[in-house]
Order: sequence, then structure tokens, then C-alpha cells
Amino acid sequence: MSVDLRSVRETVRLWWSPARIGEEGRTPDYRFSLANERTLLAWLRTGLALVGGGFAVDQFLPRLHPGLRTVFTVALLVAGALCAVRAVNHWVRCERAMRRGEDLPVSRFPSVLAVVVGVLAAAMVALVAIGWTR
Amino acid sequence: MGTAPDGSGARDPGLQPERTRLAWRRTTLSCTVVVALAVRRLTQSVAPGVVTAGAVALTGVAWLVFGLVAHGRMRAMAAGRPPVLGTRGAGLVALCTVVLAVSVAVVLVGGG
Repeated sequence: MSVDLRSVRETVRLWWSPARIGEEGRTPDYRFSLANERTLLAWLRTGLALVGGGFAVDQFLPRLHPGLRTVFTVALLVAGALCAVRAVNHWVRCERAMRRGEDLPVSRFPSVLAVVVGVLAAAMVALVAIGWTR
Repeated sequence: MGTAPDGSGARDPGLQPERTRLAWRRTTLSCTVVVALAVRRLTQSVAPGVVTAGAVALTGVAWLVFGLVAHGRMRAMAAGRPPVLGTRGAGLVALCTVVLAVSVAVVLVGGG
């Protein structure tokens, strides 16, 4: 998730002219592309699970302070949406790296997501335990 | 390796197309569950009827698009050497996830 300007420009170019990926380098073994596709789908399911978790917070914590509940719900929904967008970005970058014969891109995203989910879960457990309700 | 001597065979010792087809199936089922929960939540909302109806319609469209992309991809997996997933398909399924999250978030923040 490096955010320097060059990588942002690169990403925008990649997203707006997808045909370019197909022109670069050599087509990798189809099995590698399928493995990459399954990784994309696993990340999409992770995003969908986060969205579902947001619905669960909204439905199953009726006694939590309404404002807090909305904050937690929206945080999980946004995390799910970001996860899905990032999944496609990572898939495109992996596909391109394979075509060019480069190393696969490394990412800080899994660690960031783990910390975010851990902090959200701990906060909710603490809030329910101390009974901070209406 | 793993293909018939004449190069046309579909034998893949790793069953990659099958595993990918099942991954699409799992993901479609996950999406269906989330759509069902979203519709349930939206129909319970006290937001104006037009907003709710729009959000439900959007959710339905997202589910349909997701299902169509997944269906096309699962059909492609029947080939011995499936073609690479297109950027458009990948972008569309991600967009569906974003639409699901945003449509519920908007209704929630806008008055529950």
C-alpha cells in the first residue's frame, strides 16, 4: 500500500487501460492465472464477510448506543468495500508481474486489515462487557 | 506437464479449473447471503419509501450482475485451458460488493 505519487499514477493507468496488461510480457501458465483468480475471490469473500459483519453489528447489538452502533457498522461496511477494491488492484498487479516475470507485489494491506479488525472486535467486546448502552 | 501428449488434453493433476469454479460458487453464495441480509435490513428501515426502494433495486441489480459474471466464468471453467479472467469481470464483481456496502450505509446514516 505504498502511496507515493508514481505508484498512484501507475495504478490509475492500469485501471483505465486494462487492455495493456494483455499486451505486456508473456502469457503465464493458465494455472497460475487461475490461482491468482482464486486469491481475488478469497479477498472478495473477505470483503463480503466484513460487509455481513457490519449488518450483524447493526442487527444484533440493539442496546448499544445508536451513534456508536452506526459508527461500527459503517466502519465495517467501508472496510468491506475497500477490501473488494483492493482485491482487484492486487489481482491486476499480480497478473502483470507474472506476465513480466517479476516478483509478485508485496503488500501491507493484510497486516493493516488484521489490526483494524482486531481493534474493532476488542472495542465492541469491551463496550458490551462494560454495558455502555442507552 | 499435466496435459495429454497431443497437447489438447484437459487433464490437470491440480484440478485448477474445478477449484476455481467452486471458488466462484462459494463467492456467489457469500454474495447471496449478504444481499439477503441487506434487503432484510433495508425493508426494516424508516427512511423514505423512495430511498428504500431505490436501495433495494440497486442491491438486486448488484446481485444480478455478480451472478451473471460468476455464471460466465463458471462456464469458461469447462474448457481445458480456461482463458484469463477479464479486468472488466473482476472490476464488476468488486463494484457489486461496493454497491452493497454503500447502499446500506447510505440508508443507515440517513436516518436508519
